[in-house]
Amino acid sequence: MNSAIRVSNLTKEFKNLMAVNRVSFSVGSGEIFGFLGPNGAGKTTTIKILSTLMRPSAGEAVVNGFDVARQASCVRRSIGMVFQDPSLDERLTAEENMLFHAVLYGVPRREALERSRELLEIVGLSDRRKDLVRTFSGGMKRRLEVARGLLHRPAVLFLDEPTLGLDPQTRSHIWEHIRRLHRELGTTVFLTTHYMEEAEVCDRIGIIDHGMLIALDTPTGLKRLVGGDVVTAKASDNAGLLRQVSERFGLAGRLEGEHVYFETAEGESFVPQLVRAFPDILEVSVRRPTLEDVFLKLTGRAIRDQGADGMESMRIRHRAWRQTRR
Amino acid sequence: MAANTPVTPGTGLFLREQLLSALRRGIVRAFFAAVLIIWLRDVKRYTREGTRILAMLGQPVLYLLIMGQGLRSTFRAGIPGFDYLEFVYPGVIGMSVLFTAIFSSVSIIWDRQFGFLKEVLVAPVPRAAIAMGKALGGSTTASMQGIILLVLAPLAGVSLEFGQIITIVGLMLIMAFAVASIGTLVAARMETMEGFHLVTNFLTLPMFLLSGAFFPLKTAPAWMQPLMRLDPVYYGVDALRNVIFSCSSLKSFVVSQSLPVDLLVLFSFSFIMITLGMLAFSRTE
Repeated sequence: MNSAIRVSNLTKEFKNLMAVNRVSFSVGSGEIFGFLGPNGAGKTTTIKILSTLMRPSAGEAVVNGFDVARQASCVRRSIGMVFQDPSLDERLTAEENMLFHAVLYGVPRREALERSRELLEIVGLSDRRKDLVRTFSGGMKRRLEVARGLLHRPAVLFLDEPTLGLDPQTRSHIWEHIRRLHRELGTTVFLTTHYMEEAEVCDRIGIIDHGMLIALDTPTGLKRLVGGDVVTAKASDNAGLLRQVSERFGLAGRLEGEHVYFETAEGESFVPQLVRAFPDILEVSVRRPTLEDVFLKLTGRAIRDQGADGMESMRIRHRAWRQTRR
Repeated sequence: MAANTPVTPGTGLFLREQLLSALRRGIVRAFFAAVLIIWLRDVKRYTREGTRILAMLGQPVLYLLIMGQGLRSTFRAGIPGFDYLEFVYPGVIGMSVLFTAIFSSVSIIWDRQFGFLKEVLVAPVPRAAIAMGKALGGSTTASMQGIILLVLAPLAGVSLEFGQIITIVGLMLIMAFAVASIGTLVAARMETMEGFHLVTNFLTLPMFLLSGAFFPLKTAPAWMQPLMRLDPVYYGVDALRNVIFSCSSLKSFVVSQSLPVDLLVLFSFSFIMITLGMLAFSRTE
């Protein structure tokens, strides 16, 4: 038995919303596995079920050999969790937060202090360990949470949108730390994200949309779903360009905003042909496919520019409302 | 699975057996460890916040100085030797204990809002420990607040012996625990900050006013007396008066029932509330 997480036909139904719809997958031990999808796709719900914070409506999920519904305590003991929203006590110091966690997980004090030092060192917070968390920046808090999640040496670490709301520089910084921790401890990592660049870090990615798992493969494998390279072009008459390319080269493109996109196996040699055929073309570029293209291909929508929908947007609105009232 | 079934180390089955037995052994230990750390967190946070201690001290001091002094001459009550300030002093201690304990335990709502509660909910500890830890934390901080007020005793014309002080501290702990366990029970199901204000307005204030801090039950109108008897703080204040007025000729006037009765009510009340609170937390999803 080598899988750290095994999920079959997992379903979670809210009043009139299928948040997670018959999802099945498994995550190998030591793997970095990512769930990629837009807001409201069911990522957080899945992670909540796997971490026993929510019961599934149907289906089965096994984490480290324990059933999440029937052996919740065993599951909790064997996992570490970093939530989407911060869950630190800001009025305690970094080290106190670590020690609080250690007591909850039954890590002996001496060992906890030692590990805490080690982990804070790795995430670059050792010189701030005696400082109150409320003096920390967003990125520092996140790093502290990642370190805390690993304090009890869990077999699986869950990261729910670990870099949400952080600036790009801090985000890549945090990823460095997560990768380093993964290298040094070999923990299985299960993460959710809607940032494409982050998903690239994963060994395998599951793409989830409207509660359904629509693709599951390595980043390279997923990109193969897109037919080769992506050629972006712009002409004064985009619709005409689209039609004529389809007639002449047999390529079905799509119009997105001001640009036309084609997928072709040999991007570099396609460009001169395209320009020769349409001398009045304004812009043309070639790039390797990204996960963004994969998502677009699979769902017909861009992952980023759609607003949050369903439960998620309600939650975000609710939170914003509460914040203004505070 | 039988204990003698050979299980190979390194397999999932081995890990599973180990964890299951660790769990069987560890559930009680986990409960107490969690209670202890949640309690310690509250105490740490309290001692670290000088401004909060001062702010929560301001109110009782104002009541004592302004209300107590102001009403002093009005309330001679026709009883020789009766001093309103002396009468109100235990009430003010009760009030301080009430507010600090409620505030402390209802801060669970805060923790839920700011996410910290999730850290405990996802940990392998019985959730009932949250209720117990919070109630104990609330009662400890409230008693510390009360102890600070004991320093003001001479200001109210109350002189206390060492034995009395020890008894009063014990009483404050019990009273605060009763109040804090109500706070915990209420907070178990509340999600929002609005709930927090609801609690302070519709629970704390009536509990404070009906506690008999400012007037004795005996002179209260008949309709109010049963309400006062429902208020745990009333028994706490009564118990404090039992101790403070123990050798006074006024004891029969200011006190409604004997100390053992007060204690019995406070203990039973605490027991029921903390049990309900722990049950409520065990059921949270």
